[in-house]
Order: sequence, then C-alpha cells, then structure tokens
Amino acid sequence: MARKDKLSGNEAVAIAMKQIDPDVVAAFPITPSTEIPQYFSKFVADGEVHTEFVPVESEHSAMSACIGAEAAGARTMTATSANGLALMWEMLYIAASCRLPIALAAVNRALSGPINIHNDHSDTMGARDSGWIQIYCETNQEAYDTMIQAFPIAEHKDVRLPIMVCFDGFITSHSVENIVLLEDEKVKEFVGEYRPESYLLDKDNPVSVGPLDLPPFYFEHKRQQAQAMVNAKQVILETAKRFEELTGRKYGLFEEYRMDDAEVAVVIINSTAGTAKAVVDELREKGVKAGLVKIRVFRPFPFEELGKALAGLKAVAVMDKADSFSAAGGPLFAEVRSAMFDHARDTKAVNYIYGLGGRDVRTDDIMKVYEDLLEIAKTGKVKSTVNYLGVRE
Amino acid sequence: MAYNLKATTEKPERLTGGHRMCAGCGAPIVVRTVLRALKPEDHAVIGSATGCLEVSTCLYPYTAWKDSFIHSAFENAGATVSGAEAAYNALKRAGKIDHTTKFIAFGGDGGTYDIGLQSLSGAMERGHDMVYVCYDNEAYMNTGIQRSSSTPKYADTTTSPAGKAVPGKPQFKKDLTQIMVAHNLPYVAQSAPFKNFKDLYEKAEKAIYTPGPAFLNVFTPCPRGWRYNTPDLFDIVQLAIDTCIWPLYEVINGEYKLSYKPKQKLPVEAYLKSQGRFRHLFAKENMHMIEELQQEVDRRWNHLLKLCGETE
Repeated sequence: MARKDKLSGNEAVAIAMKQIDPDVVAAFPITPSTEIPQYFSKFVADGEVHTEFVPVESEHSAMSACIGAEAAGARTMTATSANGLALMWEMLYIAASCRLPIALAAVNRALSGPINIHNDHSDTMGARDSGWIQIYCETNQEAYDTMIQAFPIAEHKDVRLPIMVCFDGFITSHSVENIVLLEDEKVKEFVGEYRPESYLLDKDNPVSVGPLDLPPFYFEHKRQQAQAMVNAKQVILETAKRFEELTGRKYGLFEEYRMDDAEVAVVIINSTAGTAKAVVDELREKGVKAGLVKIRVFRPFPFEELGKALAGLKAVAVMDKADSFSAAGGPLFAEVRSAMFDHARDTKAVNYIYGLGGRDVRTDDIMKVYEDLLEIAKTGKVKSTVNYLGVRE
Repeated sequence: MAYNLKATTEKPERLTGGHRMCAGCGAPIVVRTVLRALKPEDHAVIGSATGCLEVSTCLYPYTAWKDSFIHSAFENAGATVSGAEAAYNALKRAGKIDHTTKFIAFGGDGGTYDIGLQSLSGAMERGHDMVYVCYDNEAYMNTGIQRSSSTPKYADTTTSPAGKAVPGKPQFKKDLTQIMVAHNLPYVAQSAPFKNFKDLYEKAEKAIYTPGPAFLNVFTPCPRGWRYNTPDLFDIVQLAIDTCIWPLYEVINGEYKLSYKPKQKLPVEAYLKSQGRFRHLFAKENMHMIEELQQEVDRRWNHLLKLCGETE
C-alpha cells in the first residue's frame, strides 16, 4: 500500500533517495538544499541504506567525487543550490561529456550576487547548456516522483546523461504538503539495478576515462552527446508511462492546464505554476479563455511539441524566474519564442521576468499578466515585449 | 624480501611505452616506479590531474595505462579518486565485487601545491584508502613553465622571468610535505628517483599498502623547464639530495625518519649550476642570492634533522 504522509520537498526527495539506496552520495551543505544530505546522512548513520556518504569540502569536490564514483561503477547522487551549483560548473560539463548518469537534486535559489538565499531559477538556468537533463517540479509530489524516475532515464543505454531534478527553494523544499509515497520494494523494482557497461572497478576490463580529445575526435563525441539528449525525450516519456502504470500519476514533457480552447496562455516553470493555475481558474469562472503551460522537461527542450501546443493562441506570456542579461528577455522566453516560430508564428509572445531573489509573486501579479495578454489579444499590438513583474523601477 | 631492482623491473609494466612524455622527463620514471610497488595481482584505479602526465599518456583513442585510469580536471584529482574509492567500498559492501583495487592519484605541483590543494586536503582528511603522489617539477610545465608555489626562489620561469629589476621568482618554495604531515596521516614521505630506485619503490609500497590516506612528494626534474641536457636527469636528482635541497624522509603516524643523509653535504652552487633556470644567479652582482639560498636550505635541513631526532 502506498503511504500517505505530510512532508517537505527536501524530506520527500531524501526519502526517494533512501528508497533508491544509491551506492555513493557526495554532498556539501548549502541553503536551501542542505536538508537533503542532512536527512540522508541520518539514513546512513542508522544503517537504512548501504550508501557510502562522502562529506566533501566543497561542491566542486562533490561533483568531482560523484564523477569518480559514477565512473567507477557506482550509482551516485548529490544535491545543491545556487553558488554550490555554480562551483560545480566545470565538473557539470565533464560529468555530461563522460556520459555519467549522476542524479542531482537542484533546489533552486538565486545565484549571487548580491548574495540571497531565496528562490529563483538563475542557478539551474545558468547550467542549461551543461549537457544535463533538467526536469522541473511544481510540487513536493512531483519532486519525489521525478527523483524516482531519474535513474531509469539517466542510465538508459540510449541516454547515459546526468540528470537534475529541479524544484523551488523554500517554496517547495521547505513547505510541507500532503504526499503519497511508494513502497520501498516498488521503488526498487521500478529503478532496477545499475549495470554499467564499462567502469573503472571492472578489473578484467580496465578502462581509461577522460582522455585528452583533440580535433580528430572531439566533435564526434560532442555529436554523440547531443544525440543522447535527443534520445532522452523518448526515454523520459516511456519512463513517465511506466510510472503512471505504477502510480496513476501522469507526467509528460510539459503540463497543459485548461488549454483546450484557450486564447491566451502563460508558459511557466516550477511552483509559481500553482499560483498561476488559481488565476486561470478565476478567469475561467468569468468566461475568459485562459490557459497555462507548465514546462516540466527543459533539457531536452520540447521544441516541436511546445510549438504545436501554443499554435492558434492569440497571445502567450513566457514567465522567467531568471534573467539572462541578454537585453532580449529571459532564457525560457528565448527558447519558447524560438519554438513558436515554426508552429505558432501568428501568436504574439511577451516575456515577464518575475520573482528574482525570492520576490513574492501573488495571484494579483499573475492576473496583471493575463490582463496584458487579453489586451494584446484584443488589439493585436504588443506594447512591451520584455517586462519585469513586481519590481520597483 | 630485500629490494632488488632487477626483480622489480621484471614485473609487468603498468604504464606502457609509447606515451608522449619528453625524453629526460622524471615523471614517467616516478610513475613506473610507484606502480611497480603494486602487487601484480592487485588491480588499480589511477587518477591524474590535468597536466603533462595526463595529456601525454591518455590521448584519445590511445591510453598508456594498463590499469583503470581517470582524469576529470586540473584541481580535483584528490576528490575524483576519493569518489572512486567510495564506490569501491559501497560495491564491496553490496557484494558486487570481490577483488582488491588500490587507488593512486598523480598530480604535478601545479595540480597539488596550488589549484588542487583543497581537494587533496579534503580527500586526505576524510581518510580515503588512497595514495596521492605529487610529481613535483616545480612549475606549471604543461602550459609552458609558469611559476607555482613550488618553484624555488630566484628560478627563472615564464611568469617569474629573471629580469633587470626582478631576479626570478621572489618567494621561497612552499613546504607541501609539512602541510600534509599536519593532516596526521598514517604515511607521508618525500622521495626522489635515484640510483636503484629503492627509496621511491619502498616508500610507494608503504604508501599503497598502509591502510588509509598516504601522501608522497616526489622530486621530478623537467628538462624543458629546468633547462638541462636530458642525460643529466639522474645527476641532478643526486645533487638535489646531496645538497639537501630535497631531503628524503618519511613520517609514519607522526614519527619522522630521515631516509638519507649525504656523507658530504654539497654546497647549493653544485645543484644550481646544473640548470639553466638558475643561470642568472652566477652573474657577479647576483652571487649574494646563492648565499641566501644556501642559508635557507641549511635552516630547513637543520630543522628537519631535529624533527628526525638526528640532532638535539
């Protein structure tokens, strides 16, 4: 029987990790992800997992130790946030290029500076080109469910890429919600045993990992890495299907909320989707054809599918909880708008950068976005493409 | 069994020939000597920091390493190998492997004294059963002879050039071995490849087979950076130990033991003269610098003698 509980996002993810029982966890504390290695080391101390816990002296070493462990043939996990992820930067790329299916719980927090411990997406958005699969989660349940799906995706022979499970710092990581947990044995069965093809500890087949790779081969290896990310999409969907059969909970590349006959929509990531859904409901009660698309899988980016989902709408607002300082909008906007070019070219697209450094975003803020969209839908004119929501200026 | 060079060299090579290290380079000699200390039946996971050793021995699609080998970046050989060692413990506990694997990390002085110091310190402090070997060639050789914290005072490098106003590197060499001793490791040693390699072989054997973390700092000449004729490699090593510029000693569970005391301690000039990087010191106006180097060598040597209980 699945177990109902009330848990914070961090605790739910730590429990998922316990149920997965990885071989190695290497981690370093940073708010708001600290609780994950904290809970997990208690599982280690109490003998509830067989894991070797490596309490490293920095996040750079955390990812380096994860690389050493995963290359050695161990199923390996870590957790971090913000500057911790930034300190891992160099190693994120190396983990991906070595095709090591490490899983990382990325508890989203604003990247310094100025230093700030609260939520936005500047940390993982900055790592978007590091070659990691990135799946974003709105709720504690999604974070738990996605962590359980992480290894079947990452370790799949057509993929072999590291994976980040991203959820909002404090809003999701520390808020307690009702959650349904799977039985340990069902998780074990779903995740399966890790059987890498070649690994350092295979005495009979020694392998060299991380060679110098010059122009004769580097590009081919990068092409293979790019293909692995293409392949990941199908594997993510198959894994979600298998998870649905187990739990009844359905996941896709993105979630379409009241999109069937929608004329205007918001595209959004993570916990603020919950706030925005409440606004959609309110508008729908008034007869307004409002909808929402919540991006779940950001890497690989659901280019084709998203473009089609937004086709026929009058106006779309892409909401970025990170700025890319490109002077042309946030990172999600650039990609969503590009995806719309083939299939939704007639749909007006605008960008709202919101909630940086944990600035609270309420339903009335989101309502303002829908009001702007309705105005664009009515007039066919965009007054301002890139906008900042809820900031004094 | 008493050490016998011939017998040890009859063991199968674990770093094959055909790699691209320079003629007259000390590093592959150090690596091969260290690896000879492995029991032939034991498997090894060998890590390397980015550097000459890594780029010259593992160039896709080739590898010179007979054992499993991993390179990930410059500053993290300690952490990377510590992760592999953690994997070994977990997989062994889970009954997935039953063989013995030993863990050895190699780094140059740049990857060890400087950019990799934190990662090394962390790995040693956590107590992983591994050996970290620094092949100390006293500068960033792979990038073209830039000074490191291991470069000796007044050495001419491309970022501490001997000029009219500044006569080479202004600072003395960092004493990394002492920093590692302060970690209270079961085994720390300073060694060098010389004569029949007994010193390095036996220290490597102790380091590899002492349970827990161990650190070896090995003097490793570089013909390009130090500017010597390649056949002079072993003469230079001998001069370094006979001038006490590079003393040989080990620290076992905190107890110091001197490995080599020259019968006649030579003046530092003999060593300095052997290499182009110190040539400017022999200009008339710079001779006082040699005196200054002599005093520092003497001070450090006398201190070491005290630590080793050789003097009061």
